[in-house]
Amino acid sequence: MVGPMSETTDLLVVGAGPAGLAAAVTAADHGLRVMLVDAGPQPGGQYWRHPDERYPVADESAGHHGWKVLTKLRDRLRVHRGAGHIDYRPGTQVWFIEAPKTESSPWYVYTTASVEAQPDHVPTGSVRAMRIVLCPGGYDRQLPVPGWDLPGVMAAGGVQALLKGSRTLAGRRAVVAGTGPFLLPVAVGLAEAGAEVVAICEAGNLTGWAKNVTGAVQVPSKGVEGAEYAKALVKHRIPYKTSTAVTRIDGDGQVQSAVLTALDRRGRPRSGSERAVEVDLVAFGWGFTPSMELVQAVGAETRIGSDESLIAVVDDMQRSTASRVYIAGEATGVGGAMMAVAEGELAGLGAAGDNGSSIDGARVRKLRGIIRRSAAFAQAMHHAHPVPARWTDWLTEDTLVCRCEEVTYAQVCHARDDLSADEARSVKILARPGMGWCQGRVCGFACAKIAAANEDRDLSPDDLARMSKRSLATPVSLEDLADLTLE
Amino acid sequence: MTSALPLPPTTPRVPAGPTTAQRADVIVIGAGALGAACAYFAARAGLSVLIVERGQIASGTTSACEGNLLVSDKEAGHELDLSLYSQRVWREDLAEFQRLWEFESKGGLVVARTETSAANLRDLAVRQRDAGIQVTDVAAEEISGFEPNINPELRGAAFYPQDAQLQPILMAAHLIRLARTLSPTSLLTNTEVTGLIREGDRVTGVRTSRGDYSGGAVINAAGPWASTIAQMADVSVPVLPRRGFVLVTEPLPKTVFHKVYAGEYVAATLSSDGGLQTSPVIEGTPAGTVLIGSSRERVGFDRTSSLPVLRQMAREAADLFPVLRKKKIMRFYAGFRPYCPDHLPVLGHDSRAPGLWHAGGHEGAGIGLSAGSAKLLIQSMVGERPDLDITPFTPDRFAENSYADR
Amino acid sequence: MPTAEPEPAPNTITFDGEPIPARPGQTVGAALTEAGIRSWRETRKNGRPRGLFCGIGVCYDCLLTINGQSNQRACLAPAEDGTSCESGSGEEGLRDGGTDE
Repeated sequence: MVGPMSETTDLLVVGAGPAGLAAAVTAADHGLRVMLVDAGPQPGGQYWRHPDERYPVADESAGHHGWKVLTKLRDRLRVHRGAGHIDYRPGTQVWFIEAPKTESSPWYVYTTASVEAQPDHVPTGSVRAMRIVLCPGGYDRQLPVPGWDLPGVMAAGGVQALLKGSRTLAGRRAVVAGTGPFLLPVAVGLAEAGAEVVAICEAGNLTGWAKNVTGAVQVPSKGVEGAEYAKALVKHRIPYKTSTAVTRIDGDGQVQSAVLTALDRRGRPRSGSERAVEVDLVAFGWGFTPSMELVQAVGAETRIGSDESLIAVVDDMQRSTASRVYIAGEATGVGGAMMAVAEGELAGLGAAGDNGSSIDGARVRKLRGIIRRSAAFAQAMHHAHPVPARWTDWLTEDTLVCRCEEVTYAQVCHARDDLSADEARSVKILARPGMGWCQGRVCGFACAKIAAANEDRDLSPDDLARMSKRSLATPVSLEDLADLTLE
Repeated sequence: MTSALPLPPTTPRVPAGPTTAQRADVIVIGAGALGAACAYFAARAGLSVLIVERGQIASGTTSACEGNLLVSDKEAGHELDLSLYSQRVWREDLAEFQRLWEFESKGGLVVARTETSAANLRDLAVRQRDAGIQVTDVAAEEISGFEPNINPELRGAAFYPQDAQLQPILMAAHLIRLARTLSPTSLLTNTEVTGLIREGDRVTGVRTSRGDYSGGAVINAAGPWASTIAQMADVSVPVLPRRGFVLVTEPLPKTVFHKVYAGEYVAATLSSDGGLQTSPVIEGTPAGTVLIGSSRERVGFDRTSSLPVLRQMAREAADLFPVLRKKKIMRFYAGFRPYCPDHLPVLGHDSRAPGLWHAGGHEGAGIGLSAGSAKLLIQSMVGERPDLDITPFTPDRFAENSYADR
Repeated sequence: MPTAEPEPAPNTITFDGEPIPARPGQTVGAALTEAGIRSWRETRKNGRPRGLFCGIGVCYDCLLTINGQSNQRACLAPAEDGTSCESGSGEEGLRDGGTDE
């Protein structure tokens, strides 16, 4: 199915999570005609994923923070939609972006349905936009662990999505493992829904945290959240084990147990410290990976953030280096929902101002302050929750690195050590990690790290960029391509 | 084994060390299919080798192609001779390594959509048989026996059992690995050749972003960038980039069993038209993906993705294999064929710049022709009589300024 | 907002012909999980079982056939009443199928 070419919109916002919602309503407030496309079925993004609004429930906000921020943004979206200022298109993914041919011509953005299994899914189509705000969000960063492809091993965010969106428990007896503050809400959410959480395994030792207290206290709301989680851990008797990692998962056809291992000060698994626990669910998250394919598709400059993620370079109005493209939220550095909302609003103001609207300078300064303080906090958080330096020590030769193409650690090392692949791209084209369905979204970070490890060097933007550049931002059917309407 | 080149096997991205001249018997510019094959046959001849690569192994055209070893698209002539010779090198000299690069002797099926086209195919097959190519006429009703998922409306086909496919990136990487086992062989990646060292007309080495290296011979295997290297020796080798896209499907069970293409493809490969040409070329891979080609256009080194071209390729593929219509395209890639205006490779010593050799200009046939071309070139270099006369491919055929085709 | 139904009647989807209850607004992946089904396809190379992993549409591990459409992500597809799901990603529809590895 192919939709007709639409009119040129002033602003296209991609993503209806915290950043995208804020950007869209802010730009609409300033008189821009806005189109808001989002892969999800309703506003909120991953952070504010909630039950299907068509079937209202009393506890819609259960497990959420900042829910009022969402409801306000959602209300403003509703008003703007009613007034025809925002054309909101849920269930829609961008698969390709074409750069403007001249300085005054629009961007062309090609979209397709995110779920096609329904007869009324949105058609493949295209949008012309003078400006774009990209708010693509992110997803849990993953590291390979022996046995991590067993059913019952999930991304922490996926476990939470089941809870928040479908009120479904992914397991009965869980261990939540990895690094970062996000492990806390996932564990607490599981416990409050009735699961037993055997442990939270935090790989970081958190001794660095004290040094960064100044960063933490600059964002008081974060301290409040932390206290709430501390209480919940006590209430549900969830042990919080620092310097601990899940280093192996065993089971016949699905997860039956997980091995917990202490990490030494240098991030190495301490042999002899292994302890197996019986669980049916392992939830993993090693921080977040921003979705960068659209950022790369518009040709915006990228850099390595304080959490070793590839992120976009933006100026103090969220402008990227690509002409008339603004970027907000996780793609400019993982910093949480409130920072994303502030960035989204600033991007909306930036787009409105550049489009000729007058904007409130005091508000801009206030938003910059929020972003600056949030970024400082996020940076402290990232330093306290690093990926363990020696995570490859827990891999075995046959551990899958790439789940899609079933490429083992031994095969990746063979490409690197015997076939002279000393960069991520070469590892990828020789051993095929990142060449399957997910196009390297899950294994990209790990592959880049393994390739760089050969030379004992830090990740470069190139290493990650080559694993996250995607010629198609999402797969598209041959017939949709064949039947495409072009001008 | 003492190495003539005290270089590390891999090259950290650190500033180049002291630029003291270092030496190898043969310096190969480019670590693509041709460069790797030249390195392998040079090492097999006992020569020490230094490969200088601007990017990474196989990071140019070699990783942006389909890995074809075709005889079906050739007619009697020098290129067919080279192609048949190269087939022997792949199947005999390199037989033991075939699985390393997923060599698959799958055969090619060339199909006709009209009665006229079917008649043309049969005529071509007659000429090709005379020239030594194995080819069988396939009647319309027999086509589904070869390809059960193909469009049932086709009017005829020809089957070429010698057509084969390999995974070119693995091929290049393994040939370089094998070269290391035979003779001192070094690879410098992320190293750009910035000039050639000259003694009079002679080429005696390369200047690179990491310093100078001298060599008994320098082989220009820079693919579509070969003319840039040639210019460094003040000679003209009119190799130009001809862009092509390849679409890659989701992994599938075996859906396309042979290399399948439309008869019009042969005309496209032989054309010198700079404008866009597309013709469907479809084949499966051991990884389960189906590769969908082909397009040809002369647009310089412009990598900008072109939706009109991709759409045209998608239409032709959907027409040939309707079963693929609902399948997802996961990605696509663009590459640059090293196109030579007279459609012949550039192979051998350049008498205009003694010491400089060229191995390139194979346009879309470089993977298949690489092994044979490299073996012949090295035979010529070490003073053996080449198994096949390579004078038709001599770089000397490009007298100064005779090719203004830019 | 539409008016709330106090207790929405459970939907039914089918998985390989078997009825599976689903609540309105759930995804197919959630309904299968609640029914104790954790994997619904096997990998091409090693025949390993796969189900939900990322849970948010990124990893494509949870592919299955929904309403005849192959390679759909269970984590995103809504479990609407009458939805028919088949295990396997749908590659079986091709003639002379079977993996080549």
